[in-house]
This record gives sequence, structure tokens and C-alpha cells, in this order.
Amino acid sequence: MPKSMNEIFDYLNSLFPEAALQFDEAVPCVIVPAALIKEVALQARDDQELLFDTLMCLSGVDNADETLGAVYHLDSMTHRHKLTLKVIVPATAPHIPSVDRVWRIAEWHEREAFDLIGVIFDGNSDLRRILLPEDWEGHPLRKDYEVPEFYNGMKVPY
Amino acid sequence: MTESMEVLKAGIASGRLKTDELVLNMGPQHPSTHGVLRLELVLDGEIVVKVIPQMGYLHRCFEKHAENMTYPQVVPYTDRMDYLAGMNNNHGYVLAVERLMGIELPERVEYIRIIMAELQRIASHLVAIGTFGMDIGAFTPFLYCFRDREYILDIFERTCGARLLYNYMWVGGLSHDIYDGFLRDVADFIKKFRPTVVEVNNLLNYNKIFIERTANVGVLPADVAVSYGCSGPMLRGSGVDWDLRRDDPYSIYDRFDWKVITGDGSAGTLGDCWDRHMVRVWEMEESCKIIEQALESFPAEGDIASAIPKRIRPAKGEIYTRVENPRGELGYYLIADGSANPFRLKVRGPSFVNLSVIDEISRGHLIADLVAILGSIDIVLGEVDR
Repeated sequence: MPKSMNEIFDYLNSLFPEAALQFDEAVPCVIVPAALIKEVALQARDDQELLFDTLMCLSGVDNADETLGAVYHLDSMTHRHKLTLKVIVPATAPHIPSVDRVWRIAEWHEREAFDLIGVIFDGNSDLRRILLPEDWEGHPLRKDYEVPEFYNGMKVPY
Repeated sequence: MTESMEVLKAGIASGRLKTDELVLNMGPQHPSTHGVLRLELVLDGEIVVKVIPQMGYLHRCFEKHAENMTYPQVVPYTDRMDYLAGMNNNHGYVLAVERLMGIELPERVEYIRIIMAELQRIASHLVAIGTFGMDIGAFTPFLYCFRDREYILDIFERTCGARLLYNYMWVGGLSHDIYDGFLRDVADFIKKFRPTVVEVNNLLNYNKIFIERTANVGVLPADVAVSYGCSGPMLRGSGVDWDLRRDDPYSIYDRFDWKVITGDGSAGTLGDCWDRHMVRVWEMEESCKIIEQALESFPAEGDIASAIPKRIRPAKGEIYTRVENPRGELGYYLIADGSANPFRLKVRGPSFVNLSVIDEISRGHLIADLVAILGSIDIVLGEVDR
């Protein structure tokens, strides 16, 4: 049976009473503490009531208030319902446990978020830059990023 | 000869001679990589042990561009991601902004968008089918496919002036109304196009050599496909009955009668390269059906610019919108902060996601099969690298 995001939140909350999950009405999304994201993800995938078999998208976000975040858009092909999970971490120590063993595609999405935003996914089996060159400095999608004037001695146009 | 082989084998067995895996670069200029993709292959003789894709040669950080543009200015950039399916890319992006702003569209705009999107799907599949044949070594079907794609591009050109990068769908409307005779041209095209599918079937798809090269190669089981987030013909080729046009309807797709094509493994194993290829072939016919129905009920009156807002400034909020691109699920995660520029725009490209499975399905195959597998995934590097 498809559930609304509200019902899913109540259900998750009953499974993780100590997790202090929060529901953001405006988006809507469920805010999960970083330390618990892997457990919540596993539960969301395997619980018969939820069965979120697809990770549609995993995005890194710079919230422009000294915090970074990861947003997980989940979809269940069986139950036809959706869920958005959010993890928010301080920009000074942006560590989030990896979910690449829960959904295999997470490995590449996490690499992309690491590359462009600089979120560090602990436990990702291959956390390297994916789109930028290996020796690139900085993470371009950070709000405080400054475009370098030179790259390996070459002038960067624009 | 046999004697020296015996000597070698004895040497290996006793440990005097060492064998090692070979690392070989395929690309970034290899023709079968369809652009600038480098595959780092770990080989045991001619057998693939591991594939490590190295992307980023076309990276221009579209998402950074988007943050420095106003909402309408982003549209032309979306064309340049999956440059074989510009219309579909436009559609996904404008849909995200429209949903965020709560814009209701005139019927006529919806119909034109659907016709354009489905024509684009046919054009894109024609390229995929033609180039896949060419990867395997069949050159002629490629010419047939490109001949028919040309008709579609001509229709696009007469409508909006561009053949590849259209900037056609705008937030709330379209850049140009259709020209006189558009509906007749589209109907004519479908009449001309249907025999091509039969031709290509005879020439390529049911050709013994082609089947030998593609059946039982690169088998992708359904559960692996779902875990890797594969979508579009990749997913349906594995027998999963899932199409966003039906299962997460957007625009006016729910009004038309058509069916979702899935692979059946009739030439080999379910989920092999041939299945993925045939899903594309039969999907073109379904697109024709949608276009025909849209032509029948096409609204004669309507203003395509009436819903275009004077000022595009969505209120604070965020949305994830997905549409069915020719290659699969194209998602836009858009965060608005109330200003004229997007705060964050993340693109979930189907090519990027589909490519991630290549290591899983290529292991144990020969290098020549890897060419077939890569062709059947049908990637567009402009979107992988963004």
C-alpha cells in the first residue's frame, strides 16, 4: 500500500525512537542524524511496509549556513511511494556514513557529491574524484568557492 | 608449437614463469566509446576482469553554471547535456520550475510538448540503434536510421530554427508556435517511418550474425538493474515493467493508449544486449502511437505564450522532478531560495547512472563483447560528464 510521507515518518519514528528524526513539513522530508543514515537506509530498503528499492538521486548540497548536506530521494517500485531523507553536517567536519552497500548506485552519486561539494562519505569503497581531474583543488559547488586563476600553469578562461 | 606451449605451461606450473593481469586503456578516443570516455580495463589475456570507467573529459560543471543564471537562462544549458534528446531535457527542467511555481499550461502547449518529446525519442533511438549496429560492424542500417532522423530534425528546424540544441520549451510555454502544415508533416513522417522499422529488423535485428554478437552478452539481471538505479531501456530490457510516462505520469501522458515494452529474452537470456536493443526498436512504434493519438485530438486554438510568467522567481522551496528521457529517468533536484537564480540544481542523468553498471555486467566477457555492451547501454557523454 502506498503511504504518504507523513505516514512513513511516523512509521520510521516508531522504529527508531531514539534517533530524534525530524519531519520538515515545508519540503517535505525526513531529517536523519548522520550517524544513523545507514541503518535508516537499510530499514527503508528491506522493511516490507516500505521497500524503497530505488535510490533515485543522491545530491550534495551546500546550505550556505556553514553546513553541508546530502539529500536522498527514494522510490519504491512495489508500493509506489516516495521518501526524501536529509542529512545535515557541519562544513568543518562533513562526514556521513556511506550507503553504497544499500544501493549500489550510491557509490557514484557519493563520489560526485564528494567531488563537487566535499562531503566525505565514510565507508565508500572508492571515494575518488569522479568528474574533475584528480589534482583539482577545492570543491566547485561550495558557495564560498573561488574559481582559480591557474590550473597546472594554464590560465583558466572566464 | 605445441612443444613450446608445453614448456610454457610447465614453467607457469612450477612458478618459474609469472603471469600477470594487463591494464589497458580503451579510449578516450576509441570510436565505440561514443565520445570521450576512457575505460581502464584489467585483462586476463583477452578476458575482462574489471572495468574502471574514467569520466570527466567533457565536464563543464553545468550545476555551477545554473547557479549563476536566471531560471530561463538555464534552459539552453539543459540542451547540451544529452545532446541527442534536447527536447526531453528541456521538458524535465521546465516541468520542475513550473511545478515549483504552480503554473497551469494551456492544452495546446501540452500537446505540442508531447509530440516534440516523442519525435525526439524516436530520433534519439534511431541514433542509438544505428550506432549500435555500427559498433558491431553493420554499417548500412546506420544510414537508414540517420535518413529517417533527418526528417525529424527538419520538422524541428522548421518549428524553432534549430536542429540539435533547441531551447524550445520555456517555463510556462514554448519559444515558437508550430508552423502551418506541422501536423501534416508529422503525420507524413510517421507514414514514411513505419517501413523503416521493418527494414532495420530484416537487415539488422534478426540477422544471425547480429544476434550471435549480442544475445547472451552483458546479461543484466533485474535485481542488479534496480540496485544500480538503471532506468529506461536498460531497466526494461531486463524485464522490469517500469516507465515513468505511465508509472509517475507527467504532462498529459495518461490520456494516451500505449504499452510499455519490456525485454523477453527471446534471442538468448533475459537482460542481454539484444533485449535492450529491441526495447528501443519497439518503443519507437509506441512513440508513433502516442503521436498519432495526439494529432487526432490536437487543439486547434490556443496561445502558446499565455502562461509564460513575466517574472520567473519561484518562492523558497525545493522539488525533485523526473521525466522519461530516451535513456531513462532524467531527474532535476531544484532548490529555490526566492531569488532569480536557482540555489542548487542537481541533475540525475540516466547515462551517468546506467554507465555505473558496466563493470558488473562486463566481467568475464571478451574485449569485443565489451564494445557491444557499451553500445547497448547507449550513453551520451555530454550527460555523463555534464
